Amino acid sequence: MVDSSSWSRALVQISPYTFSAIGIAISIGVSVLGAAWGIYITGSSLIGAAIKAPRITSKNLISVIFCEAVAIYGVIVAIILQTKLESVPASVVYDAESLRAGYAIFASGIIVGFANLVCGLCVGIIGSSCALSDAQNSTLFVKILVIEIFGSALGLFGVIVGIIMSAQATWPAAKSS
Amino acid sequence: MGGYLEAIVRGIARSSLLTAADYNNLCQCESLDDIKMHLSATEYGPYLQNEPSPLHTTTIVEKCTLKLVDEYKHMLCQATEPLSTFLEYITYGHMIDNVVLIVTGTLHERDVHELLDKCHPLGMFDSIATLAVATNMRELYRLVLVDTPLAPYFSECITSEDLDDMNIEIMRNTLYKAYLEDFNRFCQTLGGATAEIMSDLLAFEADRRAVNITINSIGTELTRDDRRKLYSNFGLLYPYGHEELAICEDIEQVRGVMEKYPPYQSIFAKVSYGESQLLDNAFYVEEVKRLCLAFEQQFHYAVFFAYIRLREQEIRNLMWISECVAQNQKSRVHDSVVFIF
Repeated sequence: MVDSSSWSRALVQISPYTFSAIGIAISIGVSVLGAAWGIYITGSSLIGAAIKAPRITSKNLISVIFCEAVAIYGVIVAIILQTKLESVPASVVYDAESLRAGYAIFASGIIVGFANLVCGLCVGIIGSSCALSDAQNSTLFVKILVIEIFGSALGLFGVIVGIIMSAQATWPAAKSS
Repeated sequence: MGGYLEAIVRGIARSSLLTAADYNNLCQCESLDDIKMHLSATEYGPYLQNEPSPLHTTTIVEKCTLKLVDEYKHMLCQATEPLSTFLEYITYGHMIDNVVLIVTGTLHERDVHELLDKCHPLGMFDSIATLAVATNMRELYRLVLVDTPLAPYFSECITSEDLDDMNIEIMRNTLYKAYLEDFNRFCQTLGGATAEIMSDLLAFEADRRAVNITINSIGTELTRDDRRKLYSNFGLLYPYGHEELAICEDIEQVRGVMEKYPPYQSIFAKVSYGESQLLDNAFYVEEVKRLCLAFEQQFHYAVFFAYIRLREQEIRNLMWISECVAQNQKSRVHDSVVFIF
């Protein structure tokens, strides 16, 4: 129908540059949110538990490092995405190919951002339980660490898919020249 | 959130509650000075070391309670809402007991200062000494209690009758009923694991009080309707168990009612026919088991409640052991000591 929904028309009128920029912002911003939340959860439990059991502090910093890694993934992907953001001539800005590139960067940013958000939360909660169990029974530490490693793999999945998505962000001017 | 305080409570609960080995050592003591010596190796050391011999059991209990109060105050000042409200709720039960203690003592013409010494420190509030002035409940409410957190619990029990022993017990139970219901409602608003675990613990408390009220009022002038009014409106026994408990006239009937509920069947099975004094102990054992289960989950407030109750149980254990040692009845020591964890 020619008279398609005004929403779909409004969406394609938004510049692909906007979508790309928002994608990059989400990739770094939401990843850091996840990492910070995770460090907050695990750090507060670690400090409290270390009052009665000071020996746990050095080993349990690994949980904090896993959470931090999540933020680093976000930074790396944001840098990669911003190198994909190119200028195109004004005439082709709203072509299908441009929109595709814009959406690809946007999607990549969302994938990475939200995967890292939940990964950071997951690692944070497990890290907190790890600190408390280690304080009580030190043989449990290594076993719970294995759970944490599985949890942090979630962030990696997000990064891999995000990078694959962003590899197809080719703007039309690049092709035609 | 507030993982910091939870981690502290877990650390304290695991490392400084007395273990079975400690209790075994204490049970083999010959005198109260031996007990003091054993306790000085635990975390109670600094609290007992300045006490002169000869010790009394009440001194030991008092000093150990001080440790609990110190830890509670430390937690309370570090807590933010809603944890601070939760921690304050835990002390209202002690406030009720203190109020009843002072009013009863005044009725029997005891000195106010002597009574204040016997009050539980967790339940103290500023205007508590003026309770001695009141002669009936309306005055009690108007002069003192309206400014305390207990004020909303009084709406059901204000009468103009003068206070006597029976009324005071009814007042205590009515206040406690209102307190438990209010606490339950508050925990439900907190939601999540806190609501789930606390509703289980408070339901057990409500049921236990219902059984105790029934057993204590057998043979008194308390009518069945009055007895019904003292039961809380939540818990496993509500509402059908309460109907049946209200008409019980002796302990065997109570047993008959309780055996229909599987969780309480095991408690009553341990208490064979005719031994009602072991019932209290059986309830404590069951309570400690449930409190220890509260530590299995993380990120909820019930650990704080469980920790304070476990400490109180530990103080009860110490009191029992001290009394047995002081009265040279060491064979009965193991009757009433409940091992924690």
